Amino acid sequence: MELAIEEKLAGALSNAELTVRVAELEKRLAAVEERTEDRVTIIVFSGDLDRVLAAFIIATGAAAMGQQVSMFFTFWGLSVLKKGTSFDGKTAFQKMMAMMSPGSSQSLPVSKMNYFGVGAKMLRSMMKDKNVSSLEEFIALAREMDVRMIACEMSRDVMGIKESDLVGGLECGGVATFLGDSLRSRTSLFI
Amino acid sequence: MSVTFDKVFDARGMNCPMPLVNARKEIGKLDTGQVLKVMATDRGSVADFQGWAKVAKNVELVAQETENADGTSIYVHYVKRTA
Repeated sequence: MELAIEEKLAGALSNAELTVRVAELEKRLAAVEERTEDRVTIIVFSGDLDRVLAAFIIATGAAAMGQQVSMFFTFWGLSVLKKGTSFDGKTAFQKMMAMMSPGSSQSLPVSKMNYFGVGAKMLRSMMKDKNVSSLEEFIALAREMDVRMIACEMSRDVMGIKESDLVGGLECGGVATFLGDSLRSRTSLFI
Repeated sequence: MSVTFDKVFDARGMNCPMPLVNARKEIGKLDTGQVLKVMATDRGSVADFQGWAKVAKNVELVAQETENADGTSIYVHYVKRTA
């Protein structure tokens, strides 16, 4: 009789203990789940056609797989977002930079065997032959799939690219904007 | 193999990642529980559809098979919308 009560008491105690532990674990699980989302973050640093293509293929593929995608364009990668070459209101250095860098996604060089743009034209024509979408089609597709595109404010300013030189529908941000997304991501890439 | 399906999506001639991107669009038009048959010529799509089903929460890869049409391989994927 006495033993039975003791056993019951022991059971009740461990149950209460368990409840506390479960609640604690649930809280921690919720915190972990909040930290990672189905998200992929890509930094597009390069302005090379082949590299940028890889970035957009991964971005659209990830979006198709149900991931939220963020793309950060910085330094040479900003060329992808340019509408065209513009010299208005720029300093001599900025004008030089504008002249020597690609005016838009259409004039990006390839990272190897570019030969003053011949290589890039060749790659584009070879892709067309194989029925692979063009970079511009991928960009349009990424927008359609709600890929978040962010232009790095600092590098845009340093390189003398005006906000009006870039296509519309972009966000602007800095390192914390990127980290805010990448820290919640399953994968972050630097291209 | 006889897998029942509700809609066919022809991705023949499309290259990576377009079969996947478009199949995703198409499956969104189906009701939960319905199956989409995707026909592709892109060999990479076999592994791609497996990866998609592993990651995405609302699709299940019911079956995959390879058909032969005039010497060209057609990779067929049956994808079910689960949510």
